[in-house]
Amino acid sequence: MADVIAIRVNGAEHKVGAHADTPLLYILRNDLGLKGTRFGCGNGECGACYVIIEGRAVASCDTPLWSVAGKDILTIEGLGSEGGLHPLQQAFIDEQAAQCGYCASGIMMSAAALLANNPAPTDAEIRAALDKNLCRCGTHNRIVRAVQRAAVKQA
Amino acid sequence: MSSALATAPLPASLADNPRLSQWLRFVRGGTVSITPGKVELGQGIVTALAQIAAEELDVAFERIRMVPAAAPASPNEGVTSGSLSIQDSGSALRLVCAQARALLLERAAQRLGVPMAELDVDDGNIGHASGAKTDYWTLVQADERLLEREATGAAAPKSPDRYRIVGTSVPRLDIPRKAAARAGFIHDLEWPGMLYGRVVRPPRHGAVLLSCSQAKTAAIPGVAAVVRDGSFLGVVAEREEEAIRAATALAAGCVWEGGTRLPEPGEIGAFLVRQASKTTVLSEKSDPSVGKGRTVLEATYTKPFLSHGSIGPSCAAARFEGAGSLRVWTHSQGVYNLRRDLALALGLPAESVSVQHAEGAGCYGHNGADDVALDAALLARAVPGRHVKLQWMRADEFGWAPYGPAMRVQLRAALDAGGRIVDWQHEFWSSGHSSRPGRGARPTLIAANYLAKPFALLPAIDLPMPAGGAGRNSIPLYDFPNQRVVNHYIEAMPLRTSALRSLGAYANVFALESFMDELAGAADADPVEFRLRHLSDPRGRAVIEAAARMSGWRDRGRIGSGERGMGIAFAKYKNLGAYCAVVAEVEIEREVRVKRLWIAVDVGLVVNPDGVVNQIEGGAIQAASWTLKEELKFTAEGIACQGWEDYPIFRFSEVPAVDVQIVNRPDQKSVGAGEAPLGPTAAAIANGVNAALGVRVRDLPLTPERVAGAI
Ligand code: FES
Ligand code: FES
Repeated sequence: MADVIAIRVNGAEHKVGAHADTPLLYILRNDLGLKGTRFGCGNGECGACYVIIEGRAVASCDTPLWSVAGKDILTIEGLGSEGGLHPLQQAFIDEQAAQCGYCASGIMMSAAALLANNPAPTDAEIRAALDKNLCRCGTHNRIVRAVQRAAVKQA
Repeated sequence: MSSALATAPLPASLADNPRLSQWLRFVRGGTVSITPGKVELGQGIVTALAQIAAEELDVAFERIRMVPAAAPASPNEGVTSGSLSIQDSGSALRLVCAQARALLLERAAQRLGVPMAELDVDDGNIGHASGAKTDYWTLVQADERLLEREATGAAAPKSPDRYRIVGTSVPRLDIPRKAAARAGFIHDLEWPGMLYGRVVRPPRHGAVLLSCSQAKTAAIPGVAAVVRDGSFLGVVAEREEEAIRAATALAAGCVWEGGTRLPEPGEIGAFLVRQASKTTVLSEKSDPSVGKGRTVLEATYTKPFLSHGSIGPSCAAARFEGAGSLRVWTHSQGVYNLRRDLALALGLPAESVSVQHAEGAGCYGHNGADDVALDAALLARAVPGRHVKLQWMRADEFGWAPYGPAMRVQLRAALDAGGRIVDWQHEFWSSGHSSRPGRGARPTLIAANYLAKPFALLPAIDLPMPAGGAGRNSIPLYDFPNQRVVNHYIEAMPLRTSALRSLGAYANVFALESFMDELAGAADADPVEFRLRHLSDPRGRAVIEAAARMSGWRDRGRIGSGERGMGIAFAKYKNLGAYCAVVAEVEIEREVRVKRLWIAVDVGLVVNPDGVVNQIEGGAIQAASWTLKEELKFTAEGIACQGWEDYPIFRFSEVPAVDVQIVNRPDQKSVGAGEAPLGPTAAAIANGVNAALGVRVRDLPLTPERVAGAI
């Protein structure tokens, strides 16, 4: 019953064999080995699984594979890696903006989508943009500072 | 100083695991492997321990490699909990590394033919003024058994005034990996041929599985096994989404019967009082020379059941190798305790089970980490030789991880004519705050209750004072001439409860410190001055004064009134640990908003200042979320909480600004920070609401309905 569907992730083309209804999250993590996108709720309620599709941060746990055929998908791995960190990633390190860090990749994707549209957001704009992302460890204020730092650097 | 240390007993972690080689190893190429038994929970402990090791060994921080805990490979340090890791593991490592350094210097002196006292150490290189030199790694290579000896505690650790690494904000070792989102969580583990598991839980605790139709499941491709053992049910599949679909299909075909009815929701305090309980007096003090007092106040406070609510649901992996040998990967807080309960539940000797720690999402106490490990093992038993990885779904997490217990606290106090508290009575009702594994003759892992040969559920235990469970921080630190503290321990509780961050301290401090404000009001006194009036402990006074200063307490009229108010609260965590005072500024719009928290904290000697600040911020924000929003919803039929919509927590736009000031006490032993702010934050917010509106809300959480109801 597996379908073969072509998707474009972080600029690279992939053909994946899976049921067309499979949530994108499992394709990213288990077929493509992109483990930075995380399962939190499977229900679009926490933001741990966010990726950027056509400029918008969306829940990959809630996005069926068929719906992203031919679209550009950006994951945290496409944002940057340890060899070449994205300014947001560097800012998370500089601000020590993590406790467990499980929420961090989804939050960075929301923040990256925000900065692409609004390169100099206010504190309130950052909080509004991140409001769908949950963090249980209480790292919110450090994360907001990290986004501000990255915005200044990008400017 | 050194002679005093030489005679001091070894810290428990070290007495239990005395071989130096259990703790550290010098690795060719110039690094040092440190193997503590404590685990990273997102609290930064591993970085702090690395700092301590580098400091005592006199090597660069970069040379330290921290090895995650495993049973049976690592020292058995019990459970990583209670903000004790810096005390337990830190003090053990300090002595181990000091002794290793002394041994190495002694060897160097022999080898170089110079007196030991004339040697210098710089980053593991040992030198003498004559130019003679060697290094740690060369010496260890020459005698590989050098560290195969017992700790004595005789080598004096460095005195804090010589610290170069301890006391600095070394960046956390794990954050670069997390920022780059490189795989590293247990959820990311993968092996060739690995299968994915999911479990099917009953509709309510204790229900029995009568029948289970597998017709729909059989039609799903990739299902490798359906596993049923009594009323435990699960599925293993080639792909994760197939396992999820198969579990959903299986659940639809199940017929369950019976199960435990839960209390009627609503009056949780009244429910708790009605339960059978064991009553003990925890503290009693009386001074007949002091009068009975003139004004008597009474008040009752409650706290609901709370969920841990980690963002990543619990996860484990397991593999049966050959006949009856099991390997498990877990984010448990205690690898040895889990190993013991796994062996009991599976009928294996403990020696056949090895348990390896891997990092999970944020851990705030005894969550589902241990339970899911047994689930994974039961599924793996059906597919020997293959790894099975199992992550709970969000509803499993809300429905089946242990909860932080509900509590009721009843207070009564008398004031004399001069506005001093002369009598204090504190009674509380709660189920136990620990169902942790590894402590009894029966396993406490949830699936063990459902097996064909089931193990009856053990009640959560009432942890002993002075740290206590429900009793944590129930004994006031204030100087009251007459006092009585009474514990009503409820053994049988239909909801499964266990340790959640700060345990009973959250409810006790919320009640005690709210009541202090009520009494200050009755005495017409300033809440800060009123606390200081009753507190002689100088470290306690110092944090209260610091928080008052930071927040501009004296000038708090500036923020206006009517909708805004400031409240203060204080506690010394467990009455044994960190001192913490919190001032909250709240604003009441449609709901209570916490605008800002000012926190002063004294954790003794600070190992990593930014690490302490991070933990305090996190604890305070989590506590503010508990205090304003959180309550586990249930009906008599079962838990009414499936996802985040049913259990809202703070979002970015709700989080207050948090200012933390550390009162550094290099002469005092280091204590943990992560749990200290929880109780004080709750009470400071409630006191702020009272300052704003003149109303007192005594039932948590402080929802708009409760605040409106109190007006
Ligand atoms: S896992 Fe997708 S939003 Fe929570
Ligand atoms: S840092 Fe743990 S959930 Fe955000």
